[in-house]
Amino acid sequence: MVNEVCLRTLDLDRPWLLEQYQSRGGYEVLSRILKEKTPPEEIIEEVKKSGLRGRGGAGFPTGLKWSFIARNAPGQKYVVCNSDEGEPGTFKDRDVLRYNPHQLVEGMIIAAYAIGATQGYNYIRGEFWEPYERFEAALEEARKAGFLGKDLLGSGFDFELHAHLGGGAYVCGEETALLESIEGKKGQPRFKPPFPAHFGLYGRPTIINNTESLASIPMILKEGGPWFADIGVKNSGGSKLFSISGNLNNPGVFEIPMGTPFSELLEMAGGVKGGRKLKAVIPGGSSAPVIPGEQMMDLTMDYDAIAGAGSMLGSGAVIVLDDTNCMVKVLERMSYFYHEESCGQCTPCREGTGWLYRVVSRIENGQGRQEDLDLLNDVAARISGRTICALGDAAAGPVTGMLKHFRDEFQYHIDHKKCLVGAG
Amino acid sequence: MNTIEVNNKAEIFSTEIRGEIDQWVAKYPADWKQSAVMAALRIVQDANGGWLTTELMNDVAAYLDMAPIAVYEVATFYSMYELKPVGKHKICICTNVSCMINNSDRVVDHLEDRLGIKLGQTTEDGRFTLKEVECLGACGGAPMMQIGKQYYENLTPEIIDSILEGLE
Amino acid sequence: MVTIEINGQELKAKAGAMLIEVTDEAGINIPRFCYHKKLSISASCRQCLVEVKNAPKPLPACATPVMEGMKVFTRSPLALAAQKGTMEFLLINHPLDCPICDQGGECELQDVAVSCGSDVSRFVEGKRVVPAKNIGPLIATEMTRCIHCTRCIRFGEEIAGIREMGATGRGEHMVIGTYVEKSIDSELSGNIIDLCPVGALTSKPFRFQARAWELTQVEGVAPHDSVGSNLHLHLRGNKVMRVAPKDNESINECWISDRDRFSYQGLYSDDRLTVPKIKQNGEWQDVTWEVALDMAAAGLQEIGEGEQIATFVSPSSSLEELYLAQKVTRGLGSNNIDCRLRQGDFRLDGAEPAFSWLGLKITEIEDLNAALLVGSNTRKEQPILAHNLRKAAVSGAKVHFINPLQLELNYDASQQVTTPVGMVQSLAAVAKALGATGEGAAAKVIDKVVADDDAKAIASAMKDADNAAVMLGNIAAAHPDYSILCALASAVANASGATLGFLAEAANSVGARLAGALPHLLPGAKAATEKGLDAMKLQKLPRKGYLLLGAEPGYDFWDAGLNQSALESADLVVGLNTHTSPALEAAADILLPIAAFAETSGTYVNTAGEWQSFRGAVKPLGEARPAWKVLRVLGNLLDQDDCEYTSSEQVRDELALLCEGVVPDNSVGKAESADLHSAVDGLIRIGDVPPYALDSLVRRASALQQTKDAAPAAICINAEEAKKAGLADSDSAVVTQDGREATLSVSIDANIPDGCVRISAGLAGTETLGAQFGEVTLEKA
Repeated sequence: MVNEVCLRTLDLDRPWLLEQYQSRGGYEVLSRILKEKTPPEEIIEEVKKSGLRGRGGAGFPTGLKWSFIARNAPGQKYVVCNSDEGEPGTFKDRDVLRYNPHQLVEGMIIAAYAIGATQGYNYIRGEFWEPYERFEAALEEARKAGFLGKDLLGSGFDFELHAHLGGGAYVCGEETALLESIEGKKGQPRFKPPFPAHFGLYGRPTIINNTESLASIPMILKEGGPWFADIGVKNSGGSKLFSISGNLNNPGVFEIPMGTPFSELLEMAGGVKGGRKLKAVIPGGSSAPVIPGEQMMDLTMDYDAIAGAGSMLGSGAVIVLDDTNCMVKVLERMSYFYHEESCGQCTPCREGTGWLYRVVSRIENGQGRQEDLDLLNDVAARISGRTICALGDAAAGPVTGMLKHFRDEFQYHIDHKKCLVGAG
Repeated sequence: MNTIEVNNKAEIFSTEIRGEIDQWVAKYPADWKQSAVMAALRIVQDANGGWLTTELMNDVAAYLDMAPIAVYEVATFYSMYELKPVGKHKICICTNVSCMINNSDRVVDHLEDRLGIKLGQTTEDGRFTLKEVECLGACGGAPMMQIGKQYYENLTPEIIDSILEGLE
Repeated sequence: MVTIEINGQELKAKAGAMLIEVTDEAGINIPRFCYHKKLSISASCRQCLVEVKNAPKPLPACATPVMEGMKVFTRSPLALAAQKGTMEFLLINHPLDCPICDQGGECELQDVAVSCGSDVSRFVEGKRVVPAKNIGPLIATEMTRCIHCTRCIRFGEEIAGIREMGATGRGEHMVIGTYVEKSIDSELSGNIIDLCPVGALTSKPFRFQARAWELTQVEGVAPHDSVGSNLHLHLRGNKVMRVAPKDNESINECWISDRDRFSYQGLYSDDRLTVPKIKQNGEWQDVTWEVALDMAAAGLQEIGEGEQIATFVSPSSSLEELYLAQKVTRGLGSNNIDCRLRQGDFRLDGAEPAFSWLGLKITEIEDLNAALLVGSNTRKEQPILAHNLRKAAVSGAKVHFINPLQLELNYDASQQVTTPVGMVQSLAAVAKALGATGEGAAAKVIDKVVADDDAKAIASAMKDADNAAVMLGNIAAAHPDYSILCALASAVANASGATLGFLAEAANSVGARLAGALPHLLPGAKAATEKGLDAMKLQKLPRKGYLLLGAEPGYDFWDAGLNQSALESADLVVGLNTHTSPALEAAADILLPIAAFAETSGTYVNTAGEWQSFRGAVKPLGEARPAWKVLRVLGNLLDQDDCEYTSSEQVRDELALLCEGVVPDNSVGKAESADLHSAVDGLIRIGDVPPYALDSLVRRASALQQTKDAAPAAICINAEEAKKAGLADSDSAVVTQDGREATLSVSIDANIPDGCVRISAGLAGTETLGAQFGEVTLEKA
C-alpha cells in the first residue's frame, strides 16, 4: 500500500506530462463528473467520507471545510492551493508539483466545481522555481486539452487556474497570510473570524487546501471515500506523504498508510545513519514538540498516536536526530527560525520569539543562567494561544517539548558552560 | 490617489519587462493589479542584477497604481528581495535543522573559505554573494543550497567546488 | 440586542458589536493599544485579551463579537495573566526612557504598565534600537519607543486617505515609518500624534517644551475654517503650549486639521502687535491705549461724513467683534462694512442668500450619494469637511469637481479642470443637461452652452442620487463671476433635487451675516434699508477713513494692490490687528493691538449654523486687548448709545435676541448681469489662497510654514503655456497685473489648465499684484 495516491505515477518515465498522467486514468474522474454533472453535494460528501484531513499541518477535515462555502451565493468564489511548503522538515509538496502536477490540477478543478468557483490560484513558494515551471507546463497542457478555460469539455463549467509565486516568507503558509500575499500585500495573517469560507481572497468566499490534500481528491473520487478512509486508521483516513529527513541513510518522501508504525517508516528511510542510536524525533515539522527516540519507536504515524505522545503529526515531516546531536543547538536553530519568520504584527510573537531565541542562544554559548529554563517555559506559555495565527504556538511548541524531555541537557549547559553531548 | 503620478506608463521599464509584468497582471481581477507586485518586483530585480533600488520600487508602485510605501512593505517583508547590491550568483545556503544536522556548517565554512567572504557578504569581483536562508523544502537532500533558480542537494566540498567551477 | 454578562454584571448590547465597544460604553476599562474606535480592527497588540467562558484561550475584546449569553471576565486570573504577558512583551524592547520622553505623563503604555506591568524586568538581552527618520516639520519621531500598534498606518489609509506610513521589514525588525526619508503631507497628519499611544510620534513644535503635568487644559474652538472644530488648549502659565482636538461627534469627531493644531505658534511670532502705536510724520510711536483710542475716535469724527468711512472685518473675527464693529460703523452713519474681503464679484448683492450655509449638518455629508463641488480645493480649504466628503466617496458617492486646477484627491472622483470662464460654462452645461433653463444671467449662459458627455454624466449622477449636494468653495467665492456661479449652482440644485451648500470660507463667514457685518445686512441677517457699498466698491471708490478688524492689507483682500492704494490714499486708517507687517504699517495711521485666537472670549457660527462660544484661555499678549472691548470703548468715545457691555456674553446675548427665529437660507435670487468677467484674452491668474496663507495667525505659524503646503509664491503653469511664454522651470519671471508687477520663480505644474497661471494669493511676494483672478502677462526676468 505505498504510493497509491499522490505518488501513484512516480514509476513512470516522465510522470509530469499529460499523456503519462492520462495513461494512468488521469482526468477521467473530472471528465466523468463534468459529463454526468455530478451534484457538488455528492462530491463534498465523498470527500467527507474519505476522512481526508488537511495535509498542510492543521489536519482540519477537508470535506467539512468545503461544506462551509455558501455554494449558491452569487459572485466570484476562489479555490486556492497552498504550495508554500515551508515548515522545516517538509518537502513533499515539492514532489507532488514536480512529479504529479496534473493530479493537483485535476483536484483543483474538481474542488472548484464542488464549491462553484471559476477561478483558482496555486501559491507556490518563490524558491520552488523548478516545481513552478512544471506546474506552469501542466497548466498549459491542461488548457490545450480543454481541462481549463471556458466551458470545460462542453459542460458549461468555466475554470481558470494560475500559479502565484511567493517571495520567501514562512508565514505565508498560514492560509490567510497566503491570501494577503496573493492580494499583493505583506503576508500577515488575518484575524479570524471571518474565515476564508466567507471572506477569503479579494473578500470573496474561498477554500484553501494544501497541495497534497487537493492532489488526493481525484483518487478519492475515483475509488470512493471509504476506499481512501480504509487505507488509514480511525480519525486518520488515507495514506499520507511523509517527508523524513535528518540523520538517515535514505531520507526522502514516502507515501504510506496512516497508522504505519514509525519503526517501519524509519526502516524505509534506511535507518539511522552510521547505525547510531536514535535520540529523538520531531514527528511533524519543526513546530511539533520533540519525542524521545525510544518512545517514538512504539508509535504509529497517525494524528491520534502522535497527539497522544504530546506532539502533533502536522505536515508529516519527520526529522530524525541521532545521539550526536546537542538538543540545545537544535533548539537554538529552530528558535532562530521562528524569530526570523515571525511576521511581526502581534506582540507576543514579534517580541517573544526573539526573546526565546536569545535565551536559548545564551545557554548554547555558555552564558545560561539558572533561571533561564523556567523563563523559557514561561515566555513560551505567554506566546502560546495568544497570537493571531499559529506561528506563536509553533515557536513555543519546540521550546516546551525540548525542556520537557531534555531539560537535563539544558541544565548541563548552564551548569558547565559546555555541551553534554560533546562532553559525553 | 496616493500614488506617484506618471503621465505615460510606457516610459517605465523596457517593453520586455512591461510585457512580463502585464502577463502577471492578467492573472488577477482587473481591479487587483497590485496582486502582481511580487512578480513585478521579482522581474525588475532580476533585470537589475539581483537587487531593488528605491527608484525601481517607486516605478513598480507607479506601474501598478500602488502607494510606494505599500511596495516597500512587500519588498522588505519577503526574504527573496534584495535591497542592497548582490553578486552575480547569489548562493543561498540552508542552515535549518535537517541541513544543520547534516553538516551545513561544513558547507558554509567551505564556501566562506573558498570565496574569502562571510555569510551576508559579496566577493569583491561582484560574482558571489553568500546568504544564509531558512528551510528551502529539500530536507531529503540535506545539506543543500540554491544558486539562482537551481537547487543543489547532498552537498560535499567536492560537489560545491564542481558547482562553482561550472558557473560563469 | 443581546444580553451578556461582564464580570458578573448583566449588560444589553447590540448584536455583532465588539466586546470592547460594549465595555467602553459601560465604563468597564479594558487596556488596549491597537484598538481605536475610529479605525479598523487590527487585533494585533493583544493587550485587550479577556476571558470568555467556554473559550479555550483568552480572546481580544476588540475583535470578539458579543453573543447572547456570553460570560466575560476582564479581570479574572486568566485575563490578567494574558494582559500582563502582553505588557511584559511590549516592554522588553521599549527603551523606558520616560524621563526624556514627551509622552511621559500622558502615555497609554505608562498607564497600562501601572496596572499590568511588573516592577522588575526579566529581559536581560540587548534592546532593539530604531534609527529616527525625519518625517517633516510637524511630527517628531522616536521609533525605538514604537509598540507597533499601527494606529498611525491605519489612520493614513482610512482617515487621511494617504498611505504615507507603513510597516516595513518583518518580525522584530518591523519598523513603522515612511521607509524613505519623506515628509508626511496629509493636512490631517497631526492626528497621529494623538493616536500614537506612546512617545514614538510626538509634536515637533512642542518637543521638550513642557511636561504634560505642567499643563492645564481649557476648551476652545478652532478659528481657521468654517467647521469650528472643538479644541483642547494646553496651557502653561499664560502661554498656549499646544492644541489638541476635543471630541465632538457632530463636528470634528476626534480629529483636527494640522492648521488648527499648529497655528498657535503664530501667537508668539516676533511681529505680534503688543502695544498701541500711532504714526506721526511717518514714524511709528508706541503710545498708551488712551492716546491711541482718543486719536482714533477724533480722527473718525473728523471725517464727518458717514459714507466716507469703511470697515473691513476679517471673517475670522468673533461674532461679538463683528457685531460691535458694525455697531460702531453704523453709529458713525455708515453702512460700509464688509467681511467678504476675498470676494470680487458682488453683482448678486441683495439677491444673494442672506444667511447662507452648508445646507446640511456636517455629519450628513457622509450620507451624500453624489456631490458636485464648484471652485473648491476642499482638502486644503476645509480639511474636516473634506474628510466627511471622503467618507461619502469611499462608501460609493459619486463626487465631481469643477475647478481651475487639478486637485490631489484621496479618493476616486471626477475632476473637470478648466479655465475660470470654462468653470462657468461647465456648470451651465450641467444645468442644461438637467433641463434647467435658469433665469436672468443664468438663463443667458445656459442658453449658450452645449451639454456634453461630462455634463450629462454629472447631471445623471446628481439626479439619480437620493442625497446630492452642489457646493461652492473658496475658489468659487473668489471667482470673477461668482454671482453667475451661484445662480447656476442654484439652478443645478433645483433641477436635480440636490441641496445647495456654501462651504463658508472662514470661522465666522456665516456668523458675519447674523452679526450684520455686511453692507446690506443688519444684525439678524435683516436687509438694511440703506445699503452700504460692498468691499470692492469701497476700494475702487476710495474712502477717507478705514477701520480694519483683523484684516491685513496685501494678504487678506481679493485685490491686494487695489487695497493698498485705496488705504494709502485715505486720510485715516485705524487697524485693530493681532500682528503687524510692513504693508500694514505703510497703510495704517493708528494700530490697536487686539487679542488673538485663544486670548479672547467669543462665538463662532460654523458653516452648519451652529453657535459655539469659547472663553479666553490666556491673557492677551502685552497690552493687546480683546477686540470687543476695544470696539466698545471706541463706541463710548464716539458717544454712541448702548455701548455699555461688561462681557462678551452680554454682546452675544443681545445679538442672539436679534437672531431669534432666523433660519439658514440658501435661496439665490436672480443674477442680472451675464457679462463674463472671467473671459479674458490672455492668461488668467488663479489666485487661490493656500491653507497656510489664510489669516494673520497661520501665516506666522513657523512649523506650518515649513510644510509642503506652504510653498512660497510662484508662477505655476503647465509646460505648454510655459513654452508659449518662453519660460522654463525655475526661471525668474515678471508678472504684470493691472499695471502692477511682481517677480517670481516659475514652476512647471501639470495640474494647471491651459490659459491659466496659478499665482496663489496671501503669500509674500504677491502683495503688489491685483485680483486673485484676473488677466496677467508674463515675461522672463
